[in-house]
Amino acid sequence: MQIQVNGELREVFSATLDALLCELEYNDAAVATALNQTFVRRRDRSATKLKEGDAVEVLVPRQGG
Amino acid sequence: MEASARRDLGADPLRLYGVELTSRLLAGTAQYPSPAILARAIEAAGVEIVTVSLRREAGGSRAGQHFWALIRELGVHVLPNTAGCRTVKEAITTAEMAREVFDTPWIKLEVIGEEDTLHPDVFSLVEVAATLSREGFRVFPYTTEDLVAAEKLLGSGCEVLMPWGSPIGSGRGLNNPYALRSLRAHFPDVPLILDAGIGAPSHAAAAMELGFDAVLSNTAIAKAGDPVKMARAFALAVEAGRLGYLADLIEPRDMAAPSTPVAGQPFGGLARA
Repeated sequence: MQIQVNGELREVFSATLDALLCELEYNDAAVATALNQTFVRRRDRSATKLKEGDAVEVLVPRQGG
Repeated sequence: MEASARRDLGADPLRLYGVELTSRLLAGTAQYPSPAILARAIEAAGVEIVTVSLRREAGGSRAGQHFWALIRELGVHVLPNTAGCRTVKEAITTAEMAREVFDTPWIKLEVIGEEDTLHPDVFSLVEVAATLSREGFRVFPYTTEDLVAAEKLLGSGCEVLMPWGSPIGSGRGLNNPYALRSLRAHFPDVPLILDAGIGAPSHAAAAMELGFDAVLSNTAIAKAGDPVKMARAFALAVEAGRLGYLADLIEPRDMAAPSTPVAGQPFGGLARA
């Protein structure tokens, strides 16, 4: 299945957002997720199914002003 | 801070959304030469609130996790921002994501409306502030000096305002001191944090002398030749400005007024050669 992850097209095999984070090796990292520009809470990731063409954002803490 | 000044400021805490703070200098965390220098600067200045952001990162790089660990070790309050957001939707989603990762209802709300000046879009800002406030966020809106926008932000649930001094990163200081003074006068009980455009410690002191409650600086400290020393300079300037404001500044005047007593002036009444 082809989806966008952080703006880049990727071929992934994960069926859920939770599984996708493991596939992308985020594992236990502190990240926040959004699907098609809508926030997905941590506890909702396992129930959030992915489909062809979805746009996923995975954001991490960074320096800011 | 010198001991005497510390005594004078001892009963003068800053309260932001119920949190009591000693330091009136907030610091950004971007653009420092290294994480170690960032940490030393924060500690040298006694900063208690730092701003952070959320960004994309390739899986496995872990730079973000290392940064987050460093910030947690500093033991400071974290104020996540929505930097770079241009729309209502982007700002709301970013704020929601930040609340979960940083585990805080605080959000420095930025909605940018113009590219060259990074001018806040105050119309969208008010709309997002109202939505986020209803959702339990404690919003710190990055705004202009516009009085009407300020009034609407307060009406939307904001209890703190963060007007700019000048465009982000410009180092121009206070572009419109009259408007900032007017803002202070119109909202005497609202915490005002001067945000953006500060280039020198003297700019920070000037904002505090106007009666602002705090100053946020990033670029001026991080990009200085010696960020640790500059952080300390900013901390002292903010304290000096605050103390000056509390001490009640004299009114400026156009003509000279001798400071040395005129009475007893030697040679008075004698013809000058």
